[in-house]
Amino acid sequence: MADLLFNLFAVLTLVAAAGVVINRNAVNAAMCLLLSLVGVAGLFVVLDAYLLAFLLLLVYAGAIVALFLFIVMLLDAKGDVPAPVRKIPLLARIMALVLVIAGISSFFARGQLPSPDPATTPALGASLKLYAYQLFTVYLLPVQILGFLLLIAMIGVIVLSKKFEGLDDIK
Amino acid sequence: MIAPTLNAYLAISVLLFAIGLLGVLIRRNVLVIFMCLELMLVASTIALVAYSRFNGTMDGNVFVFFILTVAAAEVAVGLAIIVALFRKRQTTAVQDLNTLKN
Repeated sequence: MADLLFNLFAVLTLVAAAGVVINRNAVNAAMCLLLSLVGVAGLFVVLDAYLLAFLLLLVYAGAIVALFLFIVMLLDAKGDVPAPVRKIPLLARIMALVLVIAGISSFFARGQLPSPDPATTPALGASLKLYAYQLFTVYLLPVQILGFLLLIAMIGVIVLSKKFEGLDDIK
Repeated sequence: MIAPTLNAYLAISVLLFAIGLLGVLIRRNVLVIFMCLELMLVASTIALVAYSRFNGTMDGNVFVFFILTVAAAEVAVGLAIIVALFRKRQTTAVQDLNTLKN
């Protein structure tokens, strides 16, 4: 069952991600991003990180993609013009192809990490208590800094979205 | 069918990152480039969660928390910059936004 779900979500993630790159229309690209994020959340569920899957959907799919769609529609962004085909030297093409093939083949030949059996390893990400414990003990300072980061981002966005006339206004 | 081993998760993470990077390189719309940046961020979280799950540690999961927060702040600021830029230049195409070139 985990096998089937893993394959399903992996394919969904990668195909939708390719859709983000391929789609000319920015709205369709945002929708593909949403699908890809759902796939990633599914992978998190297969990895027993339920809270993270939920947060990913909430923060990314709920807030970030909605914000993207909002801006795309606000700016009325038209589709892309196709990228001009540039002349790439033959040598560079061959070198790139050889590098890609060498990388992939070395990954399959010797890039295998020892994979512990998930059944014997405790799924620490499944329990909420451990997150709270870690966030309020070991990672307390980073959490505080993140709070400040969000505050600074909020102030920055307010400043950026103020309308100013030319450079005189900044002085 | 591919078994869900650590290597399989890392391969997905790498592929997703590569797709995002490709999008950043070939797309011309600032908004779509930004979406592809988000894809790259999410790809790194898959690797973190997979390492955490297979090694029985908690640190990777907590880092995903931080990545989510930073991504939210980044998107807010980035989109504000894009909107300000659009108000000034009336375009979201990167080939027209080359004031700093040369």
